[in-house]
Order: sequence, then structure tokens, then C-alpha cells
Amino acid sequence: MGWREWALRKSPWVFHLSTGSCNNCDIELIDCLTPRYDIERFGILLVGSIRHADILLVTGSVNRRSAPKIAALHAMAPRPCLVVACGTCACGQHMFKESYHTVEPLDAHVPVSVYIPGCPPKPEALIGGIVQAIGMIGRERADAPPRGPADAPAVPGAAGHG
Amino acid sequence: MTERIIPIGPYHPLQEEPEFFRLHVEGERVLRLDIQLGYNHRGIEKLAESKSYDQIIFLVERICGICSTSHPFASVNAVENLIGVAIPERARAIRSAIGELERIHSHLLWLGLAGHFLGYNTVFMWAWKARETVLDIFESISGNRQNYAMFKVGGVRRDIRDDLAPGYLAALDRLRPTLDLFRKAVEDDPVIHARTKGVGVLTADDIRAFGAVGPTARASGVDVDVRRDDPYAAYDRVEWKVCLGSNGDIHDKIVVRLLEMDESLRIIRQCLGPLPPGEIDARVKGVPPGEGIGRHEAPRGEVFHYVRSDGTNRPARYKVRAPSFMNVATNVKAVVGGTISDAAIILAAVDPCYCCTERAVAVEHGTGRRLWGGDDLVRLSRDRTRRLREEMGRP
Repeated sequence: MGWREWALRKSPWVFHLSTGSCNNCDIELIDCLTPRYDIERFGILLVGSIRHADILLVTGSVNRRSAPKIAALHAMAPRPCLVVACGTCACGQHMFKESYHTVEPLDAHVPVSVYIPGCPPKPEALIGGIVQAIGMIGRERADAPPRGPADAPAVPGAAGHG
Repeated sequence: MTERIIPIGPYHPLQEEPEFFRLHVEGERVLRLDIQLGYNHRGIEKLAESKSYDQIIFLVERICGICSTSHPFASVNAVENLIGVAIPERARAIRSAIGELERIHSHLLWLGLAGHFLGYNTVFMWAWKARETVLDIFESISGNRQNYAMFKVGGVRRDIRDDLAPGYLAALDRLRPTLDLFRKAVEDDPVIHARTKGVGVLTADDIRAFGAVGPTARASGVDVDVRRDDPYAAYDRVEWKVCLGSNGDIHDKIVVRLLEMDESLRIIRQCLGPLPPGEIDARVKGVPPGEGIGRHEAPRGEVFHYVRSDGTNRPARYKVRAPSFMNVATNVKAVVGGTISDAAIILAAVDPCYCCTERAVAVEHGTGRRLWGGDDLVRLSRDRTRRLREEMGRP
């Protein structure tokens, strides 16, 4: 691990992308910033531009309108940029799989490092997933080809209906 | 001066829904606004036609995460309207209590984000901290902080335990000082007055022209509330009042939402203390052919669901109209004539499941391109608050 990866692990900046979600995962992500969970104490900062981000948090089931933008946004990010799929929709499209406006799942567009299931995942599960992604910085090539969900580690305690 | 276009969105970090606004500006003044939707379209109405009536509740719950009770509420109202079934008293009280708890959490969420846009991050943090109280109650009742899955046709899916209800009420009472604090701050702070009074004004005629609903309409003095106009659940069995504003500006929208939270606490207290005894489910068997409509006053306004049945276990047609669909259109009126630094809060004021101010790009026509970072719009808004605070001598 070089000095760059070592520094990244101390302050990973995250960018949040909604690809057609119901807001729940997005609210819970923002909830992680507020006093009870306060992920900023780990050096995690929600940033306004993908060009500043080290981790891309994706929510939603990927629809026709957002699909072309995902790979483009991921390409704009500085390397390494880890992708975390937040919620059942981003992991496997949930009940929107059969919708006419839903296209291929997220991991067909960008390589996903961590899957956090749950509808929505609890903030504890989200923090757990992000921490797991931090652990992967420097240990794995972030621009590796897309993988199936079976290869990725599951996050313990990620529960919820659905 | 040349006209410029500022595209806002569709993606930014503090928004829950992707929406795309195009602000046409001349210098600081906003001339026109275009709105483009569709980034969040998931084909839910079509999907509903392939699901049974029990599954639809879970599907419409996921239309909007903040209104994850409002859509099931309107949905069961629609199906029950079709069937013509009587709901047990206990189920009615539980439904209303859940609906009002959601209103409190949604309004606190909005208040926090409004504070964030005005440059009061303390309000953001405090409001969201207070909101955790409501989420804890939801987790205790349903096992999930959001998407509570409480509704079913003919009643509710699970009971609220009588021995836990007093604890919920006590927790909500501890919320009251925080709400009073917010109300006093909004009433007294001259900087908040300067930023919100007379900003983004919608007259009662504008509201009627756009068909706007909910707190957006009530802040302009338009007296509409489905809970009173067409009572359902336990809303005609409890005492409460509709909160109205008069000026239709941002300030009145904040005040109306703060007052509504007090009314919600009153309704919950009457529903839960004590809950009426009895069954929680009318045990519906089958849905006959016919049509039904269901309405619910969601935190953002009236939700409308329509269902047509052909006698099978799936609807032949399902239709949803959400309040933001009407309210977002009012931005076209409210934002025009104001300054860019007010655009952030005006677009946020109708609580549109968030507008996209943090990823803005300004494009200059003629003389090449000039890019604004997404944070610039919020920075402009915050700078203005800071300037006003300095001028008024309130550090």
C-alpha cells in the first residue's frame, strides 16, 4: 500500500448517486451525517462533485434515463473509485426488475465492490458497508471488471423488509 | 445583458429524488424556469397491474421513501372504497397515528434541509436529531425505520401494543421543547425573516391555477385538507384543526409545517391514549368488479389513488397522483423575479422530494462556456444569510 492509499483510508470522500430510487436509502445515507451516527468522525465527507469522490454510493434500480449517466460519472471519478450498492434496488433491482423503465442491474454498468441489502438498509448497515469499502482501498484494483453479487462479501446485520 | 441558463441537477448529494431544473437568468434575476422530470420513473402503475391487491401495498410503499405510509394509506382507501368494507375502530386509530407520525418525521426532515439551504446547519442537525425519536417509535412498532408495511386492505397488518403506547407518547412529549424552540426561532429571528418573508410568494389564485395542495396551498390561505374535507380512518373522531397561513411566502410555509406538527402530536395523543379495543382487521375476501378512489393528506398534500377491478385478484388499471406533481409546477411562478441566491430555498419550499441545487452548472451563451460548481448556488444562499447577519449585528 502506497502513501496515497494510506491517506485515502483516513478520509474517504463519498458521492451519492440516485439512479431512480424511492428516497429511502438516500434519506438514510444523509441520516448517517446527522448527530446520532455522524460518519464525519471517520473522515467520511459527502461531496458535491464526483471529481472529489473516492467512494461512489449508488441507490436505486437503474432506469433508462439514469443508466447512460452511471458509467460516465464513474469514469469522471479519480482512481481508485470504489462503488457501493446501497439497498436492495441497487443490489438486485428489487420489485422493479420487471418494469419497462428498468434496464440491466448496477453491476452490469460499473464494477461494484460492496453490496448492502435492505429496504432500506439501516444506517448501521450503511456505515458497515462503507467501512468495508474503506478496508478494500489499496487491496484491490478498483477498476476490475464487473463481478456477480456472489463474489462480494455480504454485510452482517443488514436487515429490513424485502 | 445576455440571458444565461443554469441547469440544476439531475444529481446532487443532498437530494432524494433526481429532478432537473433549468433556470433562465439575466444577471441575478431569474426570468424563467423549465422543469424536466422522469429520472425517477419506475413504471409503478404498470407494475401494479401485475400484482395482487396485497402486493400492491408493498409496491406503492416504495413510490416515495418519505411518504411510505401515505401511498399505502391512499391505496387501501381506494380498494376499500371499491369493496365498501367497514374498518374496525382500533385499525382506524392505528392508521391515523401512523399517518401523523409520518407527518412529523417528514416535516422535521424538510425543516432540516431548509435550514441547510439557508446556511443554518445547526437547524439541520437538530431537526434530524429530533426526527430520530419518531424513527425509533416506528422501529419499535414495525421493526423498520422506514417502509413500515403497516397497512393492509381491511385494517392494519400489525397491532400497536397497549403497554408500549404510553412510552411512545412520553417520547413524543420530549420532542415538544425542540419544536417550540424551532417555532420561536422562526418567529423571532430577523435574519430568517429577511430571508423568507416576501420570498417566493404564491397567491391564493396561483395555488388554484396550479392546483397545488398541502402545506404549499395552506400557506397561501387556501383552506384544503382531505383529512377534514373527506374524513377517513380516525380523523373525524379526534379533535384537531387545519393550520393556515396568509402570505404564501417561504416564512408562512415554514410556520404552517411547524404548527401542523403540533396538531399531529394532538392527533396521536388522542389515537394512542388509549387505543380503542377490538379487532385490527376486517378480513376482506376478494375484490368485486368496479372502481374505487382513495385519498390521503400526505405531508406534502393530497395523494390520490384510483383502482379499477375486473373481479380478478389484480387491478385492471391503477393510477397514482402524488402531491409533488402539482406542487413542483408552482416553482415556475415562485422563482421568477427573485434572485439566484433565493432560488435554492424557493425550489426547496414546496418540499418537492428535493430539488437539485448542489450540482448546478451555468452556461454562458455567445462568449463560450463558464462552469459553476454545484456548491456555488448553496454558497450564494449562505453568503446572503451571513451578510444579513452581519448587517443586523447578529453573529
